[in-house]
Amino acid sequence: MSLDFFHLDDLYTEEEKLIRESVRDFVNNEILPIIESHYHAGTFPMDLVPKMAEMGLFGIKTSTEFGGSGANYTSYGLAMQELERGDSAVRSFASVQNSLVMFPIEAYASEEMKKKFLPKLADGTFIGCFGLTEPDFGSNPGGMITNAVKTDSGYLLNGAKMWITNGTLADVAVVWAKLDGKITGFLVEKGTKGFSAPEMKGKHSLRASVTSELIFEDCEIPEENRLNINGLKGPLSCLSQARFGIAYGALGAAMAVYDSSVDYSKSRIQFGKPIASFQLVQEKLVWMMSEISKGQLAAYHVGRLFENGKARPQHISFIKRNNVDIAIQSARLARDIHGANGILDEYPIMRHAANLESVRTYEGTHDIHTLILGEDITGIAAFS
Amino acid sequence: MNILVCISRVPDTASRIIVASGGKTIDNTGIKFVVNPYDEIAIEEGLRLREKNGGTVTCVVLGTEVSKDILRTALAMGVDKAVIIKTADDNYDSYFTAENLANYAKTLNPDIILLGKQSVDYDSLQMPSTLGELLNMPSVSVVTKLTIEGTNVTAEREVEGGKEVISSTLPCIISAQKGLNDPRYPKLPDIMKAKSKPIEEVAAIEVAARVEIVGLEMPSKKRIGKLVTDSEVDIAEIVKLLHEEAKVI
Repeated sequence: MSLDFFHLDDLYTEEEKLIRESVRDFVNNEILPIIESHYHAGTFPMDLVPKMAEMGLFGIKTSTEFGGSGANYTSYGLAMQELERGDSAVRSFASVQNSLVMFPIEAYASEEMKKKFLPKLADGTFIGCFGLTEPDFGSNPGGMITNAVKTDSGYLLNGAKMWITNGTLADVAVVWAKLDGKITGFLVEKGTKGFSAPEMKGKHSLRASVTSELIFEDCEIPEENRLNINGLKGPLSCLSQARFGIAYGALGAAMAVYDSSVDYSKSRIQFGKPIASFQLVQEKLVWMMSEISKGQLAAYHVGRLFENGKARPQHISFIKRNNVDIAIQSARLARDIHGANGILDEYPIMRHAANLESVRTYEGTHDIHTLILGEDITGIAAFS
Repeated sequence: MNILVCISRVPDTASRIIVASGGKTIDNTGIKFVVNPYDEIAIEEGLRLREKNGGTVTCVVLGTEVSKDILRTALAMGVDKAVIIKTADDNYDSYFTAENLANYAKTLNPDIILLGKQSVDYDSLQMPSTLGELLNMPSVSVVTKLTIEGTNVTAEREVEGGKEVISSTLPCIISAQKGLNDPRYPKLPDIMKAKSKPIEEVAAIEVAARVEIVGLEMPSKKRIGKLVTDSEVDIAEIVKLLHEEAKVI
């Protein structure tokens, strides 16, 4: 049983709940027993890829025609929640595959490309990555330097991307570049001459995730590999999908540290009684419970807005910003409640806390989402 | 192979159970209901038998409309057909359940009936044997390994301090114990497909109750642990308790 203070379960459909429960069992049995060792080693658990594919965790919203499950936004969100209850790295892997690779291919690629890539991405034989951020252009993607030049047979791609989840593992990269000054997308296949994807090392966060650079040196991209979308709205539409999953995912991490805190505080005896009987501990538990419950209501509501075609990017900024923020603060409080034990890998606290540091600044930093909402209120953009 | 799996809908074992006003039922508010965990093992065994021998797995539940949710889980796991024997309310006893399941089983004429060794709500442990009696079929309970060759059935079951191997023939009733298999996870595409599969409805037959719940009470909160020290005498006592009571060594 997970935290459900407001009986939100009454609002979820049978299949949404079943998807959540099934993914939860999968995470408990397949991810939790192995994740700490991968976190320590700084490796992604590749054995999980075929298992996740078999579960249907790639292409959750993708049409069944292309090997997906054809589920709705809320189901996708709940699956991400459960994966991140396990680890942000595994959720990140699934976010990229679903929202940043399969979504743009289904939305913007030709039928031929959809048939070529989507079934393989769904069954896990192909891994995808998404290249938008550059070494010098993070919050300001519109300033990107990576560019494409039209040639007789297609395009010549030059530039570099950074902080790319799954880059080194990827069989296909969705890469955003400027063509005649306008941003457009390209599908760059592994093995393309001039394309390399070295792994970035030395992370203290998302250690079980592969993060890479993408380097393009005179890469020849065939005409059919270009996506049919122009402007920043292309990559931003993908990010809206992924950020929605992150908002649900952050709740998973928050619930993991909250559950551990409740259990620990009831069993840890100090001064002859469980520390759960102390007011300062109860206050922390209540803060977590309240904020997670509010985050659950907000995520649920934005899912339904999406499904009714009413979600605005600002709604997504709200839940991404809020839910990651309360998750990271919950991890901080959980660390206090667990005392010294909070730093050990016997408990999931520090792993989630460190992971959430990345989640806070990727897919739009906390501050950029603040400014998106600030602009929404005032009509004045503080970042343009 | 015509396989029938009987399942029941029980509160998730992690749920916090509260006795409802009136003192005869539990308060369902906020409780998550799931497929009885032992029945999940029975479903899995049914699916494996079908995968090996071909045939059909039919899953049946007795209960009110809400019980359809666990049939969706069974459909998502891969059963071919889902049936609900519909009751007017939740006030029925094990005998009512057994008579109704037997009544349905007669219409299906299955080669094998699989079910959990017990439901984790009331823990009555009556269904496998009562069904066996009502259907005049051999019934083997608490099975941890099942082998079927033709119509010959070999079932291993746990007994105190060892295992017992039983031979029988189809048609028979097998009740599942933990260890028989690891139930599969319902996969997302199958969950989506299960949504549109039909659930057959059958009306429950009237059966007079043989058991009445007089009252439910919460267990007392008295400490059940035993306090021992690290003295020589107590260490011997701990070893004895671990061996004889906890049975872990």
